Amino acid sequence: MSVTSGAPLKVLVLVKHVPDAQFDRHLTGSDHVIDRSESILSELDEYAVEAALQLVEARGGAKAGHTVTALTMGPERASAAVKKSLQMGATDGVHINDPALAGSDAAATSLVLASAVNHLGGFDVIITGMASTDGETSLVPAQLAERLSLPQLTMVSSLELGEDGVLTARRDSDTTSKTLQAATPALVSVTDQGEEARYPNFKGIMGAKKKKTVALSLSDLGLEASQVGAAGSWTRIEDASPRPPREAGTVVTDSGNAGVELVDFLADKKLL
Amino acid sequence: MANILVFIDTPTAQPGKAQRELLTLGHRLGEPVVALGSPAADETVAAYANLGATALYAPAGALAGTLIAGEAAFVAEAARACSAGAVLLPNSADGKEIAARVGIKLSAGVITDAVDVTADLTVTKSVLAGGYTVNARAVQGTPVITVKPNSVEPTDAAATSPEVTTLEVADAGPAARVTETVEKAVSARPELQDARIVVSGGRGLDGDFTPVEQLADALGAAVGASRAATDAGWIEHSYQVGQTGKTISPQLYICAGISGAIQHKAGMQTSQVIVAINSDEDAPIFEIADFGIVGDARSVLPQAAAEIQRRKG
Ligand SMILES: Cc1cc2nc3c(=O)[nH]c(=O)nc-3n(C[C@H](O)[C@H](O)[C@H](O)COP(=O)(O)OP(=O)(O)OC[C@H]3O[C@@H](n4cnc5c(N)ncnc54)[C@H](O)[C@@H]3O)c2cc1C
Repeated sequence: MSVTSGAPLKVLVLVKHVPDAQFDRHLTGSDHVIDRSESILSELDEYAVEAALQLVEARGGAKAGHTVTALTMGPERASAAVKKSLQMGATDGVHINDPALAGSDAAATSLVLASAVNHLGGFDVIITGMASTDGETSLVPAQLAERLSLPQLTMVSSLELGEDGVLTARRDSDTTSKTLQAATPALVSVTDQGEEARYPNFKGIMGAKKKKTVALSLSDLGLEASQVGAAGSWTRIEDASPRPPREAGTVVTDSGNAGVELVDFLADKKLL
Repeated sequence: MANILVFIDTPTAQPGKAQRELLTLGHRLGEPVVALGSPAADETVAAYANLGATALYAPAGALAGTLIAGEAAFVAEAARACSAGAVLLPNSADGKEIAARVGIKLSAGVITDAVDVTADLTVTKSVLAGGYTVNARAVQGTPVITVKPNSVEPTDAAATSPEVTTLEVADAGPAARVTETVEKAVSARPELQDARIVVSGGRGLDGDFTPVEQLADALGAAVGASRAATDAGWIEHSYQVGQTGKTISPQLYICAGISGAIQHKAGMQTSQVIVAINSDEDAPIFEIADFGIVGDARSVLPQAAAEIQRRKG
C-alpha cells in the first residue's frame, strides 16, 4: 500500500544460517538434528538479499528512506547470517533466538516467521531463497504465504516492482515459463537463476558495524515453547542412517582407446 | 480402508508413468481417491477409473489462473470431503508448494521427496544431498506427502466406476495471477527424471555439447549438465543435475568434464553405476565413480559413441 502512496518501500529478507556444504554434514542426537558447527549464510539466501537490495536500489535505495530488513531465526551463531546481509547492504537486522526453537520443522518455522512478520509489521515485500541448503524442502515460503494470507510469487528468476505497486516475476518449470503478477504486500522466493549476489565491499563491511539488529524471543512474539521446536513440529525423523560411502572403482588413463574401454565396461555391466 | 487422496496436477486421457506410480502407491496404502487438477472431462474420468480410482473430485472451474493458492484450497477441500487418511502429490516445485499450504490448512505434517511410504505412513527419503537416508512421519494431522518419480513400480488395477464430485473452491485467499504461460519446446530424448541412462556434460565440454548428445543418442539416454554448463548458456537450465537442478538415480550416469562439486553430487550420487571422464586425475568425481577415464571428453565420448554404433552393426 505504501508503495503507491510514495511512502518508503519496506522489504524483509529471510536469511538462514546453515551448515557449510563444503564440509561433511551430520545428523546428531536422538532427534537427528543437524550439526551446525561449520555454518554460513545459505548461498541460496544470498540471492534473496540481492533481489531485495535491487528492489530498493531501483527506487533510490536507503538514501530515499527505503529499507531492507534481514531476519534470521536460529541460535546465537546465526547472527552471522544477519551480519553478512548487513555487509551486503541490508539496512537493519532482526534475530529470533530462543533455545526452544531447536529442531523446528517447516510448520513450526513458518509459525515463528509469520508471527515475527506480524509483530514487526508493515512490510511491502517479503523475500526468501528458493530452499534452505540444509532442509531442502522449499516448504517454508509457501507456508508463510498461507499463514500471512499473502499472494506468493515463488521460485522466480526475475522480479520487478512497478510504480503502481504491482510485482511482476518469471517462474520457469521444465515445460513452461510463466509470468506472475501480484500487488504488494506479497511473498517472493527467488531461485539461483537470478542476478548473482554481490560480495560485501570494504565500505559495506565497515558500515555494517553501525547497523542495528533487534533481538526477539518467543515471548516477544506471543508464542509458547510448546508451539515450536521439536515439540511444536508436525513431522518427526524416526531414524537416520548415513549412506554407505561409494567406493572408487577402476580409473584408467586414456591412451587412445578409452572410448572402446568404456563400451567394454558397459557391456560387461549389461548396460548396453 | 482409509481413503488416500492422490492429486493429479494435469489430468490427461493417457496418464504417464509418474501419475500411475502415485495411483499404485495410493492402492498400496488404502483406497485411492483422485483429486483432478482441472474440471472433469469424460476422457480423464475414464482414464483414472481405469487406474482404479474409487472416487474422483474435480474443481468447478480452472485452477491454473493463479499460482498455488487455488490448487491448495481445492486439495484441502477434497481431503476434508473424503476424510483422507493421507494426501499424495507429485514432488514437483508446484506439488511441494501445494503440499506446503495444504499442510497449514489441515494442520498436518508435510513430508517432501518421498522415495517410499509404508502401510503405517512412514516415509523414506534422503537428506543432506543424499548423505543420509531417514524415515520420517507426520505426527499431527493427515500426512501430506510428495512422492518422487520412479519410487514405485506402477501396476495395473481393476477398473472402477467412480462417483465424480465437483467442488466449488471457496476462498483461496490472495494469489498471484499467471498473466502469461509460454510452453517450452519438448526434446525428443528421454526425460532426465525418468531415464534409465543419463549422459551429462560440464565446463570441460568448453561450449560444445555435441559429443554428449552423440553418446546419449547411441545409448538412448537423456542429456544432463552441471550448473557451470547451464550458467554458461550452453544448455538450458532444465537439464541441470544437482542441488538446484534435478535429483536423479538412473541405472547409469556418465559425466564428462564435470569436477564433482558437492552440489552436483547431490543430484546424482545415488545412481547405480557412475562413469566419469575428466582430464584431471585428481578430480573429486573419480572418488565416487565405478569406472573413471582420465582423458579428454572431446575424444573419448565420440569414440565410445562410434564403438556402440559399430557393435550394433
Ligand atoms: C547454492 C549452490 C547451488 C548449486 N547447485 C548446483 C547444481 O544443482 N548442479 C551443479 O552441477 N552445480 C551446482 N552448483 C555449482 C557447483 O558448486 C560447481 O560450481 C559446478 O558443479 C561446477 O561445474 P563443472 O563440474 O562443470 O565445472 P568445474 O568445476 O569447473 O569442472 C570442470 C571439470 O572439467 C574438467 N575438464 C576440463 N577440460 C576437460 C576436457 N577436455 N575433458 C575432460 N574433462 C575436462 C576439469 O578437469 C574439471 O574437473 C551450485 C553452487 C551453489 C553455491
